[in-house]
Amino acid sequence: MSILVDATTRVICQGITGKAGTFHTDQCLLYGTQFVGGVTPGRGGTTWRGPQSGKELPVFNTVAEAVRQTGATASMVFVPPAGAADAIMEAADAGITLIVAITEGIPVLDMVRVKRFLTSKPQVRLIGPNCPGIITPGQCKIGIMPGYIHTPCAPGQAGVGVISRSGTLTYEAVFQLTRLGLPQSTCVGIGGDPVPGTTQVELLELFNNDPGTSAILLIGEIGGDAEERAAAYAAQHVRKPLAAFIAGQTAPPGRRMGHAGAIISGSSGGAASKIAALTQAGFEVAATPAEMGLAVQRALSRQR
Amino acid sequence: MKIHEYQAKELLAAAGAAIPQHIVVRSGAEAAAAFDVLSNGGGVVVKAQVYAGGRGAGQLLDYPDKLGGVKFCPTRELTQAVAEAMLRHRLRTRQTGPEGVPIRTLIVQADAQPDREYYLAMVLDRAAGLPLLMACAEGGMEIEEIAARHPEKILKTYVAPETGLLPFQARRLAYELGFTPAQVPQVENILHALARVFLQKDATLAEINPLALTRNGQIVVLDAKIDFDDNALFRHPDIAALRDVQEENPLEIRAAQAHLNYIQLDGTIGCLVNGAGLAMATMDIIKYYGGQPANFLDVGGSVTPEGAIEAFRIILSDAKVRGILVNVFGGIARCDLIAEALVQAGREVGFRVPVVVRLEGTNAEKARQILAEAANELPTLKTAADLAAAAQLVVELSR
Repeated sequence: MSILVDATTRVICQGITGKAGTFHTDQCLLYGTQFVGGVTPGRGGTTWRGPQSGKELPVFNTVAEAVRQTGATASMVFVPPAGAADAIMEAADAGITLIVAITEGIPVLDMVRVKRFLTSKPQVRLIGPNCPGIITPGQCKIGIMPGYIHTPCAPGQAGVGVISRSGTLTYEAVFQLTRLGLPQSTCVGIGGDPVPGTTQVELLELFNNDPGTSAILLIGEIGGDAEERAAAYAAQHVRKPLAAFIAGQTAPPGRRMGHAGAIISGSSGGAASKIAALTQAGFEVAATPAEMGLAVQRALSRQR
Repeated sequence: MKIHEYQAKELLAAAGAAIPQHIVVRSGAEAAAAFDVLSNGGGVVVKAQVYAGGRGAGQLLDYPDKLGGVKFCPTRELTQAVAEAMLRHRLRTRQTGPEGVPIRTLIVQADAQPDREYYLAMVLDRAAGLPLLMACAEGGMEIEEIAARHPEKILKTYVAPETGLLPFQARRLAYELGFTPAQVPQVENILHALARVFLQKDATLAEINPLALTRNGQIVVLDAKIDFDDNALFRHPDIAALRDVQEENPLEIRAAQAHLNYIQLDGTIGCLVNGAGLAMATMDIIKYYGGQPANFLDVGGSVTPEGAIEAFRIILSDAKVRGILVNVFGGIARCDLIAEALVQAGREVGFRVPVVVRLEGTNAEKARQILAEAANELPTLKTAADLAAAAQLVVELSR
């Protein structure tokens, strides 16, 4: 079991003919994801070929046509920042129900408009932007994460659900889980931007309801109050073992630490209040990034 | 991206807000000449233009008298003397750190004679995913304290980007701030200007503090601060042109040119990491083991030899650095290629301090071999098996 994506998910790539779109669609195909087509306006009717996988996919001018022809329900967005918001809304309008926006650097007011647009489409879920994507190990990878570090669950086995605001720090965490022999149900990168499509709270709810998820690891960072909200939700609703790590304990206020969302403003958004809220809500909080896997292990054993 | 106070006020004025007249000056003589234009039988206010806040309560360093970055000057002579002092001495405020910042630009502003001060701001409310307009009848310097102690005194209204600030929203805020019917239209103009600049120019923060009601009943923007979304500068060449690179850290500018994300900090241990989250986490683990990070540095998802060389040059040009921790998780980027880039960087740059490398992920074994082979050539290069060991080692070697 898993959340949002599995072996049956049919995926297209928006921006498939670009350098990054080509490379990562190919990597996803090699992992086993069921990609069924791509979209690049002006290139419709041509055939895309994966340089390594050798697989061929039809290219369409519009997402609407791609959906009609392929029955895709998910899209991986690699469109550059200036056109990314439009691409996300096009996908939502065309009937795609899971949009995974990898693009980094989308203006935040564009994302505000996207969120407003999506309120009229409650069946659509947006993951990202500025994120590594989503993976259900062994079944479906939509994104730029290295597939091999993940461990699929054996049939009937439950795994760790991972929710994260960052990329390489997530790989680090997954790598630790794999080394400890802890398989993962689904890993979701929600992205480092101030206005993400999907919040930690929504994913906590999905993982809590997924019988294939035995524990949840939340990797947060400074900026905003999403982790505090997640802690409040978890204390109320989640009965599974919980672990967390917050990056940015040493970051100075007022500076943007790489991610547009990672900025401490005034007295809010600091690591200390997030760690306090998560600890109080029952999360095992890792003291260092080297102990994220161990924190999950502690959470699991505490439950027994 | 930050801009100066005078630039923020000029943007608001262009959008319809009333501001006191000012002249930008860069010498005592220019300040004295500006006094002649603006004093109008009274005085003027000399204001330092630096990106740091808290100027009024700040102090000029190595200056015998109490003088910060904002000063009312009743005479031409004092205007010139104050301007000269500000341009000669660094200014320390609660936002600058103990070493202060140099002042290169001043404005001389007509004395608005404020009678009452208010606070207006527009920010992005992340949880709601919408811009939020805030107003408070108690403006001035202690707004953070009011927000903490009396949150009910801060009036709030969300602004939908597709409609902009609606007339009734501005009217209601103006009345709720306690303005008289005669004053309300002036306040509405300023609120609309604030919302227009925020939405049309992709601001992330636009603050008017204070908004002043003057003794003769005028309502003007006395001070303003606007930050812009770096990701949206591509569609605002007019805003991008306002960047004052002299106000920014030269190492940070250099890093940006090499597509590196670098922020200089106060510690002694340099960091070179791929990915922003992992870079922050690396700083944290250095601190956990008793060290202090000298910088945040995200080289991006992949590591090229050119990027690594420039990254080491930038880290090593900070004289405080006594050790470097390289923490790379090779996912799609292969560790062996990263190791080769590091060795090449060592040859080019020369590692004058201990460099502890922790590589994990794709081809990590092969990478460790490459680094081991370079050990004779690069004696300060050390490898560590895991992140915790690497952090402990670099802290120890940097003591």
